[in-house]
Amino acid sequence: MPSRKAAPPVVASKIAPEAATRRKPEVKRVTAQEMAAKQRDISVAEFFQKNRHLLGFDNPRKALLTTVKEAVDNSLDACEEAGILPDIKVKIEVARSGDGTMPASPAQAERFIVSVEDNGPGIVKKNIGKVFAKLLYGSKFHRLRMSRGQQGIGISAAGMYGQLTTGKPTKVTSKIEKEGVAHVFEVSIDTKKNEPVEHETSTDKWDREHGTKVTIELEGRYQKGKGSVDEYLELTSIANPHAAFKYVGPEGPPKEYPRGVDYLPAAPREIKPHPYGIELGMLLKMLQDTKSHWLSGFLSSEFVRVSPKVADEICKAAKISPRARPRDVMGKDAEVLYKTLQTTKLMSPPTDCISPIGEKAILAGLYKEIDGDFYTAVTRPPAVYRGNPFVIEAGIAFGNKGFLPKEGEEAPAAAAESELPLENGDEKNGSKRPATLAELRKAARIKEKLAKEEERGPELARLIRFANRVPLVYQQTACATYKAATEVGWRKYGLTQSRGSLPQGSLCLFVHMGSVWVPFTSESKEAIADYDEIRKEIRLALQECGRRLGIHLNKIAKAKYEMSRRDKFALYIKEVAEACGKLKHKYGAVNVEKLKKQLQAVAEKVTGGEDTEAELNRKENAPSDLENTIIVTEKGIEGAVPEGLLPAKTAESAPAEAPAAVEPEKKEVKGKSKTKAKGKGESKPPAKAAQAAVPDDIPIYSGGKQVAGKKVKGKAGAAIQPQARKGGKGKSKQKELF
Amino acid sequence: MVAKAKKTKRDLPEALAKLADEVIAAANKGRTPSLDIPVRSLANVRFNEQKRYIEMGNDKQEREFFNVNMAKKFMQTMCVAAACRQLEDEGKTTSIRDLFYMIKHRIDGSSENTVDDQSESDAVIEDLEVTAQFIREELNLFAENKGALAGEITLVDSGDTIDGRAVGSGGWAIPSIVEQDVIQFKKCSAQFVLLIEKGAVWHRLNQDKFWRKHKCIILHGGGQPPRGVRRLCYRFVNELKLPLYVYVDNDPWGYYIYSVLKQGSINLAFESQRMAVPSARFIGLSSFDPEKYGLDKKATAIGLEEGDIRRAKEILAYPWFQSKEWQKEIHNMLANGAKFELEALTNKSISFVTEEYLPRKIKEKDWLD
Repeated sequence: MPSRKAAPPVVASKIAPEAATRRKPEVKRVTAQEMAAKQRDISVAEFFQKNRHLLGFDNPRKALLTTVKEAVDNSLDACEEAGILPDIKVKIEVARSGDGTMPASPAQAERFIVSVEDNGPGIVKKNIGKVFAKLLYGSKFHRLRMSRGQQGIGISAAGMYGQLTTGKPTKVTSKIEKEGVAHVFEVSIDTKKNEPVEHETSTDKWDREHGTKVTIELEGRYQKGKGSVDEYLELTSIANPHAAFKYVGPEGPPKEYPRGVDYLPAAPREIKPHPYGIELGMLLKMLQDTKSHWLSGFLSSEFVRVSPKVADEICKAAKISPRARPRDVMGKDAEVLYKTLQTTKLMSPPTDCISPIGEKAILAGLYKEIDGDFYTAVTRPPAVYRGNPFVIEAGIAFGNKGFLPKEGEEAPAAAAESELPLENGDEKNGSKRPATLAELRKAARIKEKLAKEEERGPELARLIRFANRVPLVYQQTACATYKAATEVGWRKYGLTQSRGSLPQGSLCLFVHMGSVWVPFTSESKEAIADYDEIRKEIRLALQECGRRLGIHLNKIAKAKYEMSRRDKFALYIKEVAEACGKLKHKYGAVNVEKLKKQLQAVAEKVTGGEDTEAELNRKENAPSDLENTIIVTEKGIEGAVPEGLLPAKTAESAPAEAPAAVEPEKKEVKGKSKTKAKGKGESKPPAKAAQAAVPDDIPIYSGGKQVAGKKVKGKAGAAIQPQARKGGKGKSKQKELF
Repeated sequence: MVAKAKKTKRDLPEALAKLADEVIAAANKGRTPSLDIPVRSLANVRFNEQKRYIEMGNDKQEREFFNVNMAKKFMQTMCVAAACRQLEDEGKTTSIRDLFYMIKHRIDGSSENTVDDQSESDAVIEDLEVTAQFIREELNLFAENKGALAGEITLVDSGDTIDGRAVGSGGWAIPSIVEQDVIQFKKCSAQFVLLIEKGAVWHRLNQDKFWRKHKCIILHGGGQPPRGVRRLCYRFVNELKLPLYVYVDNDPWGYYIYSVLKQGSINLAFESQRMAVPSARFIGLSSFDPEKYGLDKKATAIGLEEGDIRRAKEILAYPWFQSKEWQKEIHNMLANGAKFELEALTNKSISFVTEEYLPRKIKEKDWLD
């Protein structure tokens, strides 16, 4: 089918008759008029259907995730802009299929109802339709500032996807501060005109002060593991530790991703474009749109780092009068101007338009969501690529004991093993019958699968990637972060690494790029484009993290070595002492037991003394000389644990002698600890310090980490050491706090 | 027996207790226990030109308990010492193999044994000998019997009279301990002593009654002669004033066997004074002999291997091989690029060695000193 867009009448008329006659006879001639008849506007719906992959709706599974993602991004942006600590609830319900039947399980469901609710400022009534049901409507496209979304496509696209796949409109509930009621709207998009169709259905007495809730019914597929909503929220919560999430999935208990820090990231400043960062088309558009009367004024007022003096110089170099009307600079002049802009020496753009997550906040995010023994984070100084300022942040979470697989893909081997039918039949039921052929076949299949698991080789580091605080889930290997991470020589830092791949081990690498304009490899925004400047910054950040990890591992290795020496000596001490006893028999007898103890003391002295134990079995409050690093051992936590997370610990270590009045806290003593004990599932008021910092009355805020998925298992129980929670320690921690 | 003659066996428990004293003293002071063990290596021996044998130097190595590389050896040293003390207390002697089993056991709370291989305990015994200044025999230890004797001598072994002319085809087995209190010489009509490297060649000589015709004692040590054999040779030479001839393969290892008999070994340098026979003579096989005695070189020569050449060069550098004749001898072997076994002579005829070779050698005084 010929592209309608690419054949405007002008082009058609160029197909001169004589040129056409030269063609082979079987080509049927089409007249310009005939072609013109076929040419018409493309509706957004059609465009969307053909290009859904660009927007992240390639398949039902991805569509579900993208919908959540767009809604969450919108909520986060709205809250941050309004200066509110975000509290976001995500709920996914199974909906009836198109034929009205209810699917047997979420895994078989084809339709879902996604709702995302925030405590943001709400949306004024007249804008609701446009925000949720008009593509390319938004506040972010027209300014150069670090923010999550940019084009104003996201949430409306999700709404339209829902509308196209289920026919249901998007439901929006919004409440503005000091308005008594929330307005409930149903909005859909007129796919021909790209205009919203909206009608208010009701008002609702919402218990929130203010906020927005959007509900979309769509075709999707629910799956756990990589690329799941669970993972997406976990990652979002790591990069946005100032936000709290509550997630109610189609199955399983609700999950909470608690807040890690109780301050909002600094609001990024809006900047004007830097001449190095624009393209010719953009320049032409700016020339047309500007309010300046003179070219020199245009240059100095519309661009950053162009002073009136520099503007005059540019005009001179481009041989265009500084007094020219910007609107008149077209064609060749514009091109010369563009080239001059690119070649003039200009200062780099200011970098305060970037708002990094911050080392402390990254630490908090990693620490609360990922199980490990060592955490560190680095924020690089801002840098510039093609006139766009950016900042790279990296972090590492490292676990000696292993960082548990994500839920859903956890211990697949073990799970499969238990499914293995008995080869001699089912003895459990007492009926000793031979296994059926089907069962045997199934057993063979499972065995094969297990063998494959084993072949998969050593565990590679998990790389988690973020662009402007938004997790990137797909196309890892195309991403500059992956390339940089594989370029780093991790062996230097005591890790194993095969050439050209990620390091091995229980390791999670965190990389975040914040920029006014993050370059993606494609429209679907899944991988960061590979610019030298960007890759270098990522590498440097990861190297610094690696260096710190290396120091930590070295210390551990040394202590382990000393400990092994000590153990060896200890073995021989008994032999030597007893031999001494025999040798001294009748020649001035000797106290063998005392000799053993003395020798043991000497052995400890020569193997690093108490430092060795301290290193392996870290005592509380042992000083760490690593910057922005947390080290976790059985005995406690050391390092820059962010204050936001401390209250939980204080509560946890609050001894049993806490006054009876503080009932809830007392309960928590059992359940919570950094040792990731079993969470209670329901939130408890945290210690006062945290409470004060939190906006009032937020139902989902929870004081410490609780039911953060995998955390519930793993260390649960085993790591709760009584001495770690002795009263004395609790007190001293409390002192530190205030 | 010179220096050690002063010590009596009764001093042994006291000497061993000193090892324990060092450990106890160190433990009291809170430092690492360590033993000063004389170094048993080429670096710590020197050739005494006057006495013509190898002496041990004064270099000592500290064997520290709390040092990963030495901890186990330290522990083993103490265990061996305790075992020797036990033997002494119980008035028993035992083989070094037995001692290995005496101290071998699983260490509590580990999967490790005190010793895993006899070579470990053997080395520790030698350390203990030099450290405590008691020779093995005094520590109530002996090695396996090795070597045999036949010839014109009558001796008493633990009260039994042995006639060297009537010991059958196997000969009299030379015990590990041949001290005065065990072996006494009764009557000797031999003119010289011939030490042969290999049992097989000794067997040829014994069968041909070489010792009767040439009035001598023939003995072998089954390769590198053990201490009993060396000590017996020492006593023949020093007490009966007999000359000693050494008959070994023509290869670096043969040269070294000769040199151990003559000057003492590097490993047991501290015992040279009671073992070395500086007057011993190297009667064969010389690297010049194949030529001189018209051997079929093509049939009997064995090419030198890399290890042989390396060893030959080491021997060339030893101070006690610096005489012109010896340098010539060894260089000639290297030039030949070949070594010859004693059995090569059998290539001429079965009894060539007894009827022609050795008689002519002795008659012509064709030996090296």
